[in-house]
Amino acid sequence: MSLVFTLALRNLFQDRLRFIASLMGIVFSVVLVMVQMGLYFGFSGMVTTMIDHTSTDLWIVSSGANYFEDLSLLNTGMRDRLLKIEGVSKVVPGVVGFSAWRLPDGAMTSVFVVGTDLTAGGLSPWNVVEGTAQSLTTPRTVVIDRSYSDRLGVSGVGATAQIRGQPVTVGAVTDGIRSFTTTPYVFSDVRDARAYTGLPASFTSHFLVRLKPEADIERTRQNILSNISGIQALTPDQFREQSRSFWLFRTGAGAALVAGALLGVIVGTVIVAQTLYSSTKDHLYEFATLRAMGASNSYIYQVIICQALVNAIIGFAIAALIGTAVVHFTAKSALQVVITPNLIIELFVLTIVMCIVSAFTAIFRVVRVDPVIVLTR
Amino acid sequence: MTEPVIEAANVSKSFGSGPAWVQALKDINLTLNGGELTVLMGPSGSGKTTLLSILGCMLAPTVGTVRVCGASTSGARPEELAKIRRQHIGFVFQSYHLFSTLTAAENVRLALDVRGERGPKAMAKVEEILASVGLTSKMASFPRQLSGGEQQRVAIARAIVAEPSAILADEPTAALDAANGHATMVILSAIAKERGRAVLVVTHDPRLFGFADRIVHIEDGSLTREQSTDLRSN
Repeated sequence: MSLVFTLALRNLFQDRLRFIASLMGIVFSVVLVMVQMGLYFGFSGMVTTMIDHTSTDLWIVSSGANYFEDLSLLNTGMRDRLLKIEGVSKVVPGVVGFSAWRLPDGAMTSVFVVGTDLTAGGLSPWNVVEGTAQSLTTPRTVVIDRSYSDRLGVSGVGATAQIRGQPVTVGAVTDGIRSFTTTPYVFSDVRDARAYTGLPASFTSHFLVRLKPEADIERTRQNILSNISGIQALTPDQFREQSRSFWLFRTGAGAALVAGALLGVIVGTVIVAQTLYSSTKDHLYEFATLRAMGASNSYIYQVIICQALVNAIIGFAIAALIGTAVVHFTAKSALQVVITPNLIIELFVLTIVMCIVSAFTAIFRVVRVDPVIVLTR
Repeated sequence: MTEPVIEAANVSKSFGSGPAWVQALKDINLTLNGGELTVLMGPSGSGKTTLLSILGCMLAPTVGTVRVCGASTSGARPEELAKIRRQHIGFVFQSYHLFSTLTAAENVRLALDVRGERGPKAMAKVEEILASVGLTSKMASFPRQLSGGEQQRVAIARAIVAEPSAILADEPTAALDAANGHATMVILSAIAKERGRAVLVVTHDPRLFGFADRIVHIEDGSLTREQSTDLRSN
């Protein structure tokens, strides 16, 4: 085996304090990028959670609605017009909107009511861990997520509260249906939802359109748009993309997360570069000796890059462990940090690239070393 | 004596320009032959180190040519000069310049490693060469665990392990006591005599004359005198 690795490793370990400082820089940087990107993925997942869990071919919403929770008012009569369009098989109206939830102690909190029509196949709760979704067929019954139990002041199935002054009973509890707006989702029967949101019978929030098996989705979508004005007809993918684009980029939230990640990369690069540069400076006479011995440039670069890679691998391993802990601790939080296997691979590559880029300053220093200096000391 | 290993012809070297211009070497002609130990002698600032740097292909002359094993180094780029050093020249430095994080054996192996020689054969060479300088028992020692004399012997082993044609030693005994200095010169002399290498020792220690086949004096950048062993014995 070449001595390149031995030399690189021992150079690094010779000054342990500096090595630890370098590792901390990498760990800080990678964890920062990991958390920022994990938040980005968690956020983008939460933004579209309702769309992701709804089975439909097309969403019909008002032309101004950017995302699922955005205000959308459609005339109920539009349903018949939609049904007449070629290729449309079924149209299910949906009612969603903000309302006021009264806790047993009299305090008020806002909730986002999601009207469910189990018979027609509209939006419905998933991940039910207590009770059944079928309980929503009983009037004045709601389904809540257990992560919001404390906030809503209810302990579980059978607990009671009020929405917009009307008594409700918890019929089922879900796990993991969290809203990125932090306003709890509350599922109720679609008819009750009208009462809770104050939406008149002549209006609906959206329509879920299902197509006949032979229908061409894009052609039907265009037919809908050319026949009905003031609406958007979106495939689930389009609605997802529109929601993400709005929250992540038009609000600046995504830009802030990406900027945080970028900052992490810059900080990490600078710290590793500084450490490698100072380590190289400390071993300058050794590098000059290598040059005097006739070592090729590539041999010397290998030593420095090997040092950078050892930094990268150890730093990334520690950061990955911390990242795993962060994922674990945020699993039940309002905003989950989602770290996918792809993100791990990409971050590993990023760490390697970051450390190799950092090595350039040291390489530039070594390239300028005159081997003659070994004769003058 | 065998064939010339390093030949310097009409070599001059100057540094700087304008008022800062300095001529370090003037019209130097010197040949280092295989099997011969040459001592380069001169006061501080006489140009010894500059000449050693040029003969060792670390520095290019301003005027004149240097030939190493018959090949001219004129116009060679730094990477090409490094290749010449790697193939033909071994250095021994006054301050040893051993790698503090490597053991004695690893320090010696490094000279083979930079030449791409690895594996059991390289290790066998390292063991053999360290044995030849009496350091078998110190192979796993780090430089800080070795005496000055032992460190210099490791440095010599490193310089010769790849069997270069020339060994250039810069004040190899300056940091050593008399006994260790003598031992070092015995080894360098043996390298010239038994291995047929061209050995150049830069020094201002007259006690080393006894080991020299040739003594070359340098003053103010010019070679002023050359004594052969026969003349010296007279």
